[in-house]
Amino acid sequence: MNNAAADPYAWLLALPVLLPLLGAAVTVIGSRSPTLQRVVGIVVLLAVSAIAGVLLVVSDGTGPIVAPLGGWAAPVGIALVADRLSSLLLLVSTLVTLAVLVYAIDQRIADYGRGTASTTFHPMYLMLSAGVSLAYLTGDLFTLFVAFEIMLTASYVLITRRTSAQKIRAGMTYVTVSLLSSLLFLTAIALVYAATGTVNLADLAGRVAQLPPGLATVLGLMLLLVFGIKAAMVPLHFWLPDSYPNAPGPVAALFAGLLTKVGFYAMVRTQTLLFPRDDPWTLLLVIATATMLVGALGALAQNDINRLLSFLLVSHIGFMLFGLAVFDAAAVSGAALYAAHHITVLATLFLVSGLITRRTGTVLLDRMGGLLRTAPWLAALYAIPALTLAGVPPTAGFVAKLALLQAGAAAGPWPTVVAGVVIVASLLTLYALARVWVRVFWGAPKAALPDDDPDDEVLVGTSRTPMPMFAATAGLVVVSLAIAAFAGPLTAVTGRAGVDLLDRDPYLVAVLGSGGDR
Amino acid sequence: MTTINVAMALTVGTLFAAGFYLLLQRSLMRVLLGVVVLGHGTNLLLQIAAGPPGAPPVLGTGNTDLITDPLPQALALTAVVITFALTTFLLALGYRSFVLVGHDEVQDDVEDRRIATQTMPSASLDEDHDHVERPGADSDDDAGDDETGGDETGGDETGGDEPGGDETGDVEAAAR
Repeated sequence: MNNAAADPYAWLLALPVLLPLLGAAVTVIGSRSPTLQRVVGIVVLLAVSAIAGVLLVVSDGTGPIVAPLGGWAAPVGIALVADRLSSLLLLVSTLVTLAVLVYAIDQRIADYGRGTASTTFHPMYLMLSAGVSLAYLTGDLFTLFVAFEIMLTASYVLITRRTSAQKIRAGMTYVTVSLLSSLLFLTAIALVYAATGTVNLADLAGRVAQLPPGLATVLGLMLLLVFGIKAAMVPLHFWLPDSYPNAPGPVAALFAGLLTKVGFYAMVRTQTLLFPRDDPWTLLLVIATATMLVGALGALAQNDINRLLSFLLVSHIGFMLFGLAVFDAAAVSGAALYAAHHITVLATLFLVSGLITRRTGTVLLDRMGGLLRTAPWLAALYAIPALTLAGVPPTAGFVAKLALLQAGAAAGPWPTVVAGVVIVASLLTLYALARVWVRVFWGAPKAALPDDDPDDEVLVGTSRTPMPMFAATAGLVVVSLAIAAFAGPLTAVTGRAGVDLLDRDPYLVAVLGSGGDR
Repeated sequence: MTTINVAMALTVGTLFAAGFYLLLQRSLMRVLLGVVVLGHGTNLLLQIAAGPPGAPPVLGTGNTDLITDPLPQALALTAVVITFALTTFLLALGYRSFVLVGHDEVQDDVEDRRIATQTMPSASLDEDHDHVERPGADSDDDAGDDETGGDETGGDETGGDEPGGDETGDVEAAAR
C-alpha cells in the first residue's frame, strides 16, 4: 500500500460533498424554523462556492488534487480528484445553485410569508447539491453511480413534491426514465468490472487499453448510452421536454442548469480517460448534429415557454457533444467552456420564464403580450441571456461557440460540415427566442390570467415581481456577463483543461502516483 | 481460462427481458415490478462479475483461489439498498397518482398531442420524433374522472376532459 504523499489541499476535497450533506441533516432537524433552514442553505452553498474557487486556482496552478478517502491510496481505495475541468464546473454549478436557492426562498417569502417553509425542499435541495459535487469530484466509476443516485433521488422528490393531478404524469415519466438509466449504468459497471477487475477510473484507463478493441468499444458505447440518457442527447432526449416544464420554476431552473451537464461531464471524463481516440468520432458527430437540429426545430413548434426552453436545452447539449466528438484538445476545451456558459444561461432563462409566468399567469405564448410596457426591466433580463444563448457577440455564448467552431473547422472536412450545422442551430435558436420576444414583450398588454392550477405551490398571475427574485435572476445574468468579460483567462484555463484531458498523464500520475503500476 | 456459467447468463437474460417488458407498460405498478426485476438482474450480473478473472483486491497472504472477489458484493449491497429505496419511492408515487387521479396509468403528454395535431409546417417534424417514443399515444385519458380505470379510448381526439383542459381543448378545436 503506497500512500500517496498527502496533498496540502486534499482535505478541502471532501467538503463540497460533506457540507451540503451536513446542511441537509441540519435542515431536517430544524425543519420547524424556516429562517434556520434558509440561512443554513445559503451559508453552505457560499462555503462550497468559495472552496470550489480555491480548488480551481490550486488545480490550475499545481495540477490535479487527489484525496484518497480513508487513507487508502488508489486503486485500492476511492479517490476524490479535482482537476481543472471538474473544479471549474463545480464552481459554476454551485454559484447557479446558490442563485436559484435565493430565488426560491424569495418566491416562498413573497407568496406565503416569512414564517412558513416546506419541510422537504431545503434538505432535498442540499442533497442534490451534494450529489452534483460528488459526481464532479469522484475518481471512481461506482462512486459516480452513487453520486448520480444521490442527485437523482433528490431530484425525484423535488419534481414530484406537492404535485397536482395535472403534473404527476410528468414526474412519473422522469422517475421511470432516470431509474432505467441508473440500472443500465449499474449493468455497465458490472460489465466493466467483469472485463477489467477495477472501477477506479485512473486504473481503468490502463486496463481498458489492454482489452480486445471490440470489447472496449462495447463498454464505451454502454457508458455513452447511459450518460446520453442523463445528458438528453437525441434520440434519448424525449423525457426532458416532457418533465422539466412541469417542475416548479426554480426547480426547473436548477435541473436545466445542472443535471444534464453533470451527465455530459461524466461522458467527457469517461470517454477521454478510458477510451482515447486520435480521430474525430463519427458516431458522436452524427448524434451531435441530430441533437442540435431536433432540439432547435422542436423549439420552433412550441407554444409553452418552458417547453420551448427545454427543447433549446436539448439543442445546445448537441453543441457540447460536437466538442467531444471532434476529440482534440481545442474542441474539448471549447465544450468545457460551453458547458460553463450553458449551466448559467439556461438556469437564468428558466428563472426569467418563472418571472414572466408570474406576471402573466400562463405559460402559453399566445396568451401573453405587451410585457415590454408593463415590465420593461423583465424585458432586459430576458434579452441578455437570450442573446447569450443564441451566441450573439460579444456575449459568453459567442466566445464559447467561436472556440467550438474554430476547433471544428481545424479538425477535418466532416467536423467542418458539423460546424456549419452549429451555425444553423444557433440561427434557429435566435429565431425561437425572437419569437418569444415578439409574443411576450411586444403587442398590446394583456391582463394576467388566473392561476390555472391553484393546488400547486407556485402562485402565478400576480402583477408584481418581488425585488429579491429579480435580484437573484439579475445575479445570474451578471455571472453570465462575467464569463464573457473574463473570457481570456477562462479560455486559457479550459484550454489547459482540454490538453490535460486528452493527454491523460497529469490525471493518471496524480491519482496513481508516479510509482503506480502503469 | 474464463468459463461462462450458462445457467446464470440465462437467468440474467430472462430477468432483463422480463424487466424491460414490464417497464414498457402504462401502469406504474407494472413499471415498478419491472424496476424490481431489472434491479435483480443487474445485481445478479454484478455477482457474476466477481468470478475468478476479477483479480481480487485482497491484501495479505492466503490462498486467493479459495477467496471470491468481495468488491462486487459490496457494490451489489449498495445497489440493492438504492434499488430498494427507489422502489419504495415509486410505490409512494403510484399511490399518490391513485389518490389524485384515480389510477396509476402514465398519461399522455397533452402539449405533445396538441402540437402533433397542429397543421403548422414545423409541427410535422416534432410529430415524427415525439411519436416514435410513445406508440399508441393517440389515446386521451380523462384524468379528472374518479371512476375511470384508465381505459384507453383509442384514437378519439377529445382533449376537453383534461383538468385545465379548457385551454388545450380550445386550442385543439382551433387547430381542427
